[in-house]
Amino acid sequence: MKLALFADVHGNLEALNACLEHSRKSGADLHAFLGDFVGYGADPVAVVDIVAAHAQRGAIVVRGNHEQTVIDASSSRMNRDAEDAADWTREQLGSAHRAFIEQLPLVARLDDMVFVHASAASPEEFPYVRDTVRAAESLRAARSTYVFSGHVHEPALYCTAPPNRIVAFTPFPGVAVSVPRHRQWLAIVGSAGQPRDGRPAACYAVADLERRTLTFFRVPYDWHAAAAKIRAAGLPEVLAWRLERGE
Amino acid sequence: MHKLQAGEHVDQFRVIERIHSGGMGDIYRVEADGVDLPLVMKVPQFGHGAPASNVISYETELTVLGALRGPHAPRLVGTGEITTRPYLVIERIDGALLKDWVEKAPLPAEEVARLGAAVAKALHDVHQQEVNHLDVKPSNIIVRPSGAAVLIDFGLARHAHHPDLLSEESQPPAGSAPYVSPEQLLGDRSDPRSDVFALGVILYELATGKLPFGSPTSGSALRKRLYRDPVPPRALQSGVPEWLQEVILRCLEPHPRNRYATAAQVAFDLAHPDQVAITERGRRTRRSGPLATLNRWFKAKGFEPITLAAPSAQLSRAPIVMVAIATVRGTEEGFDALRETVRRVTRDRGARVACVTVVKPTPALGGSNSSDNAAQQRLEHLILLRAWAEPLRLPAELLSMHVLESNDPVEALIHYAHVNHVDHLVIGAPPPSMPPKLRASTVSMRVAADAPCSVTLARS
Repeated sequence: MKLALFADVHGNLEALNACLEHSRKSGADLHAFLGDFVGYGADPVAVVDIVAAHAQRGAIVVRGNHEQTVIDASSSRMNRDAEDAADWTREQLGSAHRAFIEQLPLVARLDDMVFVHASAASPEEFPYVRDTVRAAESLRAARSTYVFSGHVHEPALYCTAPPNRIVAFTPFPGVAVSVPRHRQWLAIVGSAGQPRDGRPAACYAVADLERRTLTFFRVPYDWHAAAAKIRAAGLPEVLAWRLERGE
Repeated sequence: MHKLQAGEHVDQFRVIERIHSGGMGDIYRVEADGVDLPLVMKVPQFGHGAPASNVISYETELTVLGALRGPHAPRLVGTGEITTRPYLVIERIDGALLKDWVEKAPLPAEEVARLGAAVAKALHDVHQQEVNHLDVKPSNIIVRPSGAAVLIDFGLARHAHHPDLLSEESQPPAGSAPYVSPEQLLGDRSDPRSDVFALGVILYELATGKLPFGSPTSGSALRKRLYRDPVPPRALQSGVPEWLQEVILRCLEPHPRNRYATAAQVAFDLAHPDQVAITERGRRTRRSGPLATLNRWFKAKGFEPITLAAPSAQLSRAPIVMVAIATVRGTEEGFDALRETVRRVTRDRGARVACVTVVKPTPALGGSNSSDNAAQQRLEHLILLRAWAEPLRLPAELLSMHVLESNDPVEALIHYAHVNHVDHLVIGAPPPSMPPKLRASTVSMRVAADAPCSVTLARS
């Protein structure tokens, strides 16, 4: 069994399709969408349709803060550009899309794995897990061997090590990392639709559930096309520029 | 796991005998059907009062050996599930521990250079594969009968592409006290030049029979190496040549940026003593005085290691560029084109440029002056190489000249590139006017086809 993990697609259809195609070639037979599949990008409708279709076939899907904003405008605590994009996204989505989003859980669990957009410690508050302290909180609350998350756009891997330490690691694309079960692991798979580490290629990861390995990938996609759609939709210019720069 | 008895089976492996027992666990000689290698099985000791670091060392060695390839690390043949039956089965390396040579030290300079170059090559090979060994010492190096060195015990190593379970370790820093580098003492495990420092300690030990920083046991005594320079090897052993002292003390510089940039460059200097640019380091006869030491102490206080993403980031900053210069038949236009290309490939980098030419061996006629003729020929070509390199204005420590004698220039150039870990080879291109059929058989094209590294053909 190979589980493909996608986070922070942010309405970027080109990036999602490229990652899905890559995961198909990698032999993934299970999918998890870790939230924030809308917001920022120009294709929220097409992306929600794809995610909903996967959900029907058994994919794991959890709600992110951008989905939260779409169904409850008052919950928003985002910056101006994100607000503008959220308002626009809300107008695009129909009632069926809203109904799909509304029934999504904040946390999902499968065997020894927990799926949550930000942190298992306080899923509804969407804190950023950017250091070993936050990672430890999420792992402690999850009480599982593996926690798969997004929210932070840069890929990262954390694990427990004796005595009571958390080790942080920046994954190297394409290298299968051994994630044995006697440690706890927290993987932030990185943003598919809006990478921010200076490289525009989309992030996603594949977990091999038999061999207990995790591979982070970077997938080149047509980011110029995705940026052009953002401009054509009249969304803030910075959202287009970010895709071309990966910043 | 309980102690294994001869004849007992662990998965497909059959125990022959126990060869070592220690705090880390036990080592057995084992065999397996269908495996044509001599094997050892390392069985770690977990729990029951064994240090927690045993688990981490086991996992680290498993990860690193599983990823390493090539002749300078043992092959990983089998492994057991960590929670139920942990073990590693690895290739048993034929040869003697470098420790055996240390016990005979001080050794002649030539032997120190030969052993040191073998270790440096092994280190460069693992650095190229993104691994820092970080526990380089004579008991962790096996010298094969062929003279090649093999690194063993990767329990403290770091692979840049895998989580480092030893990072952010609050325990006393890992490494062996006499050999550990200053930056490792400060918690940085990312720099391949840490292994260059340990290599410097080994060279010092082989050349003098003494350890440059002793075997300190307390933290403050360990940290002395951040600012106190060792007694110059020549002060202990007058037979140590200046070039060897230069190499040793450059490896032992407290700050990595003042050391050799790569282990390949150490191997290079040890293989070409006559090309070592000797500075004050090589000529020093005593340690620096109290004022200089105080100065270094202040510098050490502000010493902050820079964390490198991967060993290859450091390696690519300091490549060895080889230029094949046809001193016999070259043209001025061709020389200009070569220089321009070398300028381009070495821009903004600490590249080391090795200027190489191949000449025919002087015929040994049996006359008394045949060796004089050979020396005369070498000198003439060295002068031509120096004249070629002069306009590049490279500092002496980044430039070297080599006259190879061979009837087969292709073979000689490729052999040179191979043994010196050349990263990039620059050679003149055959003229476009030459018919394609002839072009394919030129030295340049044959070198380009078979070289172990990237090749640039410079066209005038």
